[in-house]
Amino acid sequence: MASTLTTKPEVMEGGPQPRHQRRNRPRGRPNWLAGLASWIWLAVVIVPIYWIVITSFKSQSRYYAENPLVPPGEPTLANYVMVIESDFPLYFVNSVVVTLGAVIPAVLISFMASYAIIRTGKRSRFLRLSNSLFLMGLAIPLQATIIPVYLIIIRLHLYDSLLGMILPSIAFAIPLSVLVLSNFIRDVPKELFDSMRLDGATETAMLWRLAFPLTRPAVVTVTVYNALTIWNGFLLPLVLTQSPDKRTLPLALWSFQGQYSVNVPAVLASVVLTTLPILILYIVGRRQLLSGLTVGFGK
Amino acid sequence: MSALATSATAPKRRGRGGSLAWMAVPALVFFTGFGLVPLLGVLVLSFTAWDGLGDIRFAGVDSWTTVLADPGLPHALWVTFLVMALSWAVQTPASILLGTFLANHHRYRAILSVVYFIPLLLSSAAIAIAYKALLDPNFGLGAGLQIPLLVQDWLGDPYLAFGVVIFVVSWQFIPFHSLIYQGGVRQIPRSMYEAAELDGAGRVRRFFSITLPQLKYTIITSSTLMVVGSLTFFDLIFVLTAGGPGDATRVLALDMYVRGWQASQMGLASVIAVILVLVGLVLALVLRRLGGRDTSHSQLEGA
Repeated sequence: MASTLTTKPEVMEGGPQPRHQRRNRPRGRPNWLAGLASWIWLAVVIVPIYWIVITSFKSQSRYYAENPLVPPGEPTLANYVMVIESDFPLYFVNSVVVTLGAVIPAVLISFMASYAIIRTGKRSRFLRLSNSLFLMGLAIPLQATIIPVYLIIIRLHLYDSLLGMILPSIAFAIPLSVLVLSNFIRDVPKELFDSMRLDGATETAMLWRLAFPLTRPAVVTVTVYNALTIWNGFLLPLVLTQSPDKRTLPLALWSFQGQYSVNVPAVLASVVLTTLPILILYIVGRRQLLSGLTVGFGK
Repeated sequence: MSALATSATAPKRRGRGGSLAWMAVPALVFFTGFGLVPLLGVLVLSFTAWDGLGDIRFAGVDSWTTVLADPGLPHALWVTFLVMALSWAVQTPASILLGTFLANHHRYRAILSVVYFIPLLLSSAAIAIAYKALLDPNFGLGAGLQIPLLVQDWLGDPYLAFGVVIFVVSWQFIPFHSLIYQGGVRQIPRSMYEAAELDGAGRVRRFFSITLPQLKYTIITSSTLMVVGSLTFFDLIFVLTAGGPGDATRVLALDMYVRGWQASQMGLASVIAVILVLVGLVLALVLRRLGGRDTSHSQLEGA
């Protein structure tokens, strides 16, 4: 395919700039309509975010007086100080504990399961059954199982604890993780496994030293995606906790908003603060996340 | 020497088919414990009466008859369906157009992709809280800019509140789906476009005759995620409108939460949950039938 791509335009056109032509597939006039639409959507996305950020630096009295889209004349950090002083560091730690505590085991056990399914799934009825159960899990909405999960967590005496949120989070991360990871492990050439086995490597060694490094983009994608979902999760903390000191950030955000709904800049500062860690994660892992998601779902 | 020894054991290892099965056990245990058991458990609980704290006792089909006779159920089903259908109808064309555009214009793509993805980083709670403040009729953006058209009781009027929910859902998820379509468009072989161009097909014709048909499986993947995902818009709607005004935006998931945790009737809530599962499974099956295959095969066919 690559050869037809490079030769055909030149044959067709015989023009002076074949390289330029390769880059813009549909030739001719620029597509103004689609271009316009994409810039309009860019504005729709950016304006609210811009408004959230600049407003979070305004004092409450200025907020009512100033033009909402003009950056603050006298920017203040008072809102951020107020948010940080109202136990947000505690909620932040809770969120970190729940997210790491759920994502790391979830990705590890999903990787092991995917590896087993791809390597010997064709021969093992048990693995085939597991795989179809995981695939079925993709269609189950989390909310639908929340009442029995609530009951199980109570009976395990884990109600109102961080571990009580971690265990179901692991389970709900498994189906999608297995789907994406096994799609990638399938692409590891069989010859590599065969030659490692000839060298006497065990399956565990092949998992760690062959499959894991070769599918690192998928592992990063799945890790970031699960971290995002669990970090932003609202229903599990809402239903499985009651004391304020067990809250994670989204739940804390919600009760903070209920408490200070009049102080819009402070509420928006709390929104910015809860998003900041995930934004940093995004900047670090952006390239792999974007390409991983497009490939993982496009398959 | 050693190579000979291992090659002698290799066929034996190949014979033991289930030797790796233990690797799937931890995932299966977790998924069974907190996924499959609850799935069956919710069916059992729908035949009980439980206030969420005390003892659970068997109640027969009481909860079912109560819920099925309640006019709140068809309403919640209708609202859920409307949210699903409208958010799909808004998101899909927009995502396809944006995805196609992003796939072709390399220069902007990098910048746009970065920004487009930001809404997906915010939690639904954060987005709902921000929009609540932004749409406030007295202190929001419209009032601040003094644009009368934007000064509406956005969340107080049933129709406007519904529109706001659809808009915010689209705001949050169009970027994600346009990325999926971008990936899909890039997999379409360029030779197809070149052949069409030689035949004199214009841009619109190429879009409808090549891009759209080739995106069939991407459309099904994206639609499945959208439709099943729309059943899980609990947190966004809970924080944004709490199902209101009245019950204008009270979707099934919200109805379940209100009955279970606010009215302490877990039996009734479980019936709603069972209905939610059934809706999800039926939708997944229908979409799979439309696709005519499962998602584990290659995207490229006849290319």
